[in-house]
Amino acid sequence: MTYIQGETGDWEVVIGLEVHAQIVSNAKLFSGSATAFGTAPNSQVSFVDAAFPGMLPVINAFCVEQAVRTGLGLKAQINNYSVFDRKNYFYADLPQGYQISQYLQPIVGKGELVLDLPDGSTRTVGITRLHMEQDAGKSLHDQHPSKTYIDLNRSGVALMEIVSEPDLRSAEEAGAYVRKLRSILRYLGTCDGNMEEGSMRCDCNVSVRKPGQPFGTRCEIKNVNSIRFVMAAIEYEARRQVEVLEEGGTIVQETRLWDTTKLVTRSMRSKEEAHDYRYFPDPDLLPLELDPEWVEEIKRTLPELPDEKKARFMTDFKLSAYDANVLVNEKAKADYFETVAKGRDPKLAANWVTGDLFGALNKAGLEIEQSPVKAGDLGGLIDLIADNTISGRIAKDVFAIMFETPGKTPADIVAEKGLKQVTDTGAIEGAIDQILAANADKVEEYRSGKDKLFGFFVGQAMKATQGKANPALVNEILQKKLNG
Amino acid sequence: MTQLTHLTMADALKGLAEKQFTAVELTEAHVRAVEKARPLNAFITETPDKALEMAKASDARRAKGEAGPMDGLPIAVKDLFCTKDVLTTAASHILDGFQPGYESTVTSNLWRDGAVMLGKVNLDEFAMGSANITSYYGDVINPWSPGEPGNWPRKLVPGGSSGGSAAAVAARVALGATGTDTGGSIRQPAAFTGIVGIKPTYGRCSRWGVVAFASSLDQAGPMTRTVRDSAIMLRSMCGFDPKDSTSVDMPVPDFEKAITGDIRGLRVGIPKEYRVDGMPAEIEEMWRKGIEWLKAAGATPVDISLPHTKYALAAYYIVAPAECSSNLARYDGVRYGLRVEGNSLNEMYENTRGAGFGKEVRRRILIGTYVLSAGYYDAYYLQAQKVRTRIKWDFDQAFEQCDVILTPTAPSGAFAIGEKMDDPIQMYLNDVFTVPVNLAGLPGMSIPAGLGADGLPLGLQLIGKPFDEETLFRVGGVIEDAAQFTATPPFVA
Repeated sequence: MTYIQGETGDWEVVIGLEVHAQIVSNAKLFSGSATAFGTAPNSQVSFVDAAFPGMLPVINAFCVEQAVRTGLGLKAQINNYSVFDRKNYFYADLPQGYQISQYLQPIVGKGELVLDLPDGSTRTVGITRLHMEQDAGKSLHDQHPSKTYIDLNRSGVALMEIVSEPDLRSAEEAGAYVRKLRSILRYLGTCDGNMEEGSMRCDCNVSVRKPGQPFGTRCEIKNVNSIRFVMAAIEYEARRQVEVLEEGGTIVQETRLWDTTKLVTRSMRSKEEAHDYRYFPDPDLLPLELDPEWVEEIKRTLPELPDEKKARFMTDFKLSAYDANVLVNEKAKADYFETVAKGRDPKLAANWVTGDLFGALNKAGLEIEQSPVKAGDLGGLIDLIADNTISGRIAKDVFAIMFETPGKTPADIVAEKGLKQVTDTGAIEGAIDQILAANADKVEEYRSGKDKLFGFFVGQAMKATQGKANPALVNEILQKKLNG
Repeated sequence: MTQLTHLTMADALKGLAEKQFTAVELTEAHVRAVEKARPLNAFITETPDKALEMAKASDARRAKGEAGPMDGLPIAVKDLFCTKDVLTTAASHILDGFQPGYESTVTSNLWRDGAVMLGKVNLDEFAMGSANITSYYGDVINPWSPGEPGNWPRKLVPGGSSGGSAAAVAARVALGATGTDTGGSIRQPAAFTGIVGIKPTYGRCSRWGVVAFASSLDQAGPMTRTVRDSAIMLRSMCGFDPKDSTSVDMPVPDFEKAITGDIRGLRVGIPKEYRVDGMPAEIEEMWRKGIEWLKAAGATPVDISLPHTKYALAAYYIVAPAECSSNLARYDGVRYGLRVEGNSLNEMYENTRGAGFGKEVRRRILIGTYVLSAGYYDAYYLQAQKVRTRIKWDFDQAFEQCDVILTPTAPSGAFAIGEKMDDPIQMYLNDVFTVPVNLAGLPGMSIPAGLGADGLPLGLQLIGKPFDEETLFRVGGVIEDAAQFTATPPFVA
């Protein structure tokens, strides 16, 4: 358990997160408008999205399917009867004067999410609910000295609000939660998880308490848009609260903003100033009723998710929890690994993928999808080690060449550069005989007890064969000649 | 030949088919009537050029043998329906200059079937009112007002909110008009002006493109001078629309075929709760007459009870304002209509909405905002929804004993502008017989039944089972035949 050390002892941080995830869908939640990112302002706006008189919402069935898929992926209860409500408030980028959301009867109920912690352990966090809602437009305050411009491209875009139980106990856990949730959403294909494009945003509810005490008063930090900021904002906010309490103050329930330049949270509005959203069922929409058979069908077509994949990798490939985590957090990485590991030594495959490949990708700033070394070729390289064509040592060089010259197979490189391992016993013996003859003094020293010199002879032998000699054979022959 | 403007739709269709006159001639006569009727203030926007253009196209279609079911019939459109590139105001200042880039489904259906648009008619602002006295574009005068046009000693209200529609149809300015009915806005003005009006079952007509007042109650319908004309016009207006999630996917019957005159064996429910205190004797008398007519035609009156009727008005004046407070939030000065600048966003909102909305609309927004507020929601909105459910049950049970229900349409005939205006509750009481029908989503029709002591028309209301408009047309036809309502208003264009 990670506590904050205060003047008066330990403090426990209690965190619940509300993640707003944009549903992957070509059309908006209640209109046919497109949802592409980065298009010209107000180029993806229908009369419905701009709330013209007499316009009515019609639910996009694909968005419903995506929400159900996400619920199933979170092992959550799917509510076959749910209701859309209006959340009423005035703002210039909210054309209807209300947001269509789900309040009392969301489409998805209680579920769970397994955190993969850095030490390899796991912890299950409760999901309270998931509901669908529309996004608002965007206010642009920096386009004119006294006016605000409105871009309604996002207005009506489908979001899922995924609410966790107050089960998280540190900024690190909150980070792990968002990372894991993003991984699941990407596996499911229901949200692209691009936080920098606003596809995922997070409201953080933070309170502190002395261990064993009831929950403290919470503050909500709105609209945090990266995992790094989620962790930093929670860390800051928890320490701020501890400080206030230790100075004898009280925490006021309020909404706060994360200042991304000063890296502090600031008060936005207090509970007294909080909006009264006047929720009521949207009379333009009928309650959403799902056919249980349809839900079953979605369940049947669910992909293997990170937790199951991780378990399978640990069982089938005997990978450590750590390696399995690293490999499954992105589906593309897991797929890459599986291609490499298929019919090969899984441990060796895991080492090459998580070590050499990920290291090189990281250094080059590339994603797995952009890897210059294709999974099949990395597999081919491992095959060359396995059949003694090259040594592990030479393989590192071959890999470096593969990474620099995409498209070349490891076999080509080995042939071109003449890197094929020397397994001809006669040739190696010849080389060793020459080395022993040229270093008679060292042979003498070795035989009189200076065991460490064995390494010297190995090095010389490898050097003499440009590293191509099979190291096992070199060892064997040296043993025989020196000790025999 | 009778004046073209005095024809029924059915006769006009016959005349057009027999080439007695062209759609252009029929339209020209009506365009002249629109001009002549200006003292009534029934129109907000007259569209004579568009009307003649549509009439020409209609004649061309007819010549090619491609005439639709309403081809060439000039009608008026309540200015709550969005009409493409034609000013659409909802009788509110806040929609100042608003010309939609789209056409409502209902009016599209009418144009598809060949109807001709004379213009956009006046109404209570955002359809909120029972007398057509809340319009930014001024009061509509009931053509039944006694005296000389333009010099009326006592200006009567046409009822509301579809007052312009009712006045135009009664004064022979249009063969029919679209109306909308949230709590009686088709039926009550129909009764006040001696015409027929039907609010179909909720879900029959698409609400797409109709400026919303209270979404769970709003329903469009026709207003015409005969039951048959309403059958013709409703058939064109309604139908499933995937753009309205509350629209119902059911076949549209040929309502005209239901007007057989044969109601033998039909059970007609007479709800005891509709005998309200202080109801004028003439209303009571007319109701009794109606029962006699139906009995004489072979129907059986059945005493029924709708016990929660007394709570209907209270529930309605919670649900409707609640929905309106949210529906009208979009009129914020940001994207269309009126904007009155301010030094901040909130100030701009206050200036715009303060100047843009009239007193009645502001009252309902305030009531609606209040009843949805945290701490009051359960006591008001939720309670009202429970009452609504009870009222539906009342009707469900009543319809086990009867096939149709007969009541007066309104507790009085038309009153004068200025009367009942100090106390909004008095005004709301006008809707006491019509509101339960909207709360239950049922079809309701008003048929002119006779004249009261002061020579003003009174209406009878028929309430039907869900999607059983056909029975309303059948029974309505019988009442129409029995009542022989041939009186015309003092002002006829």
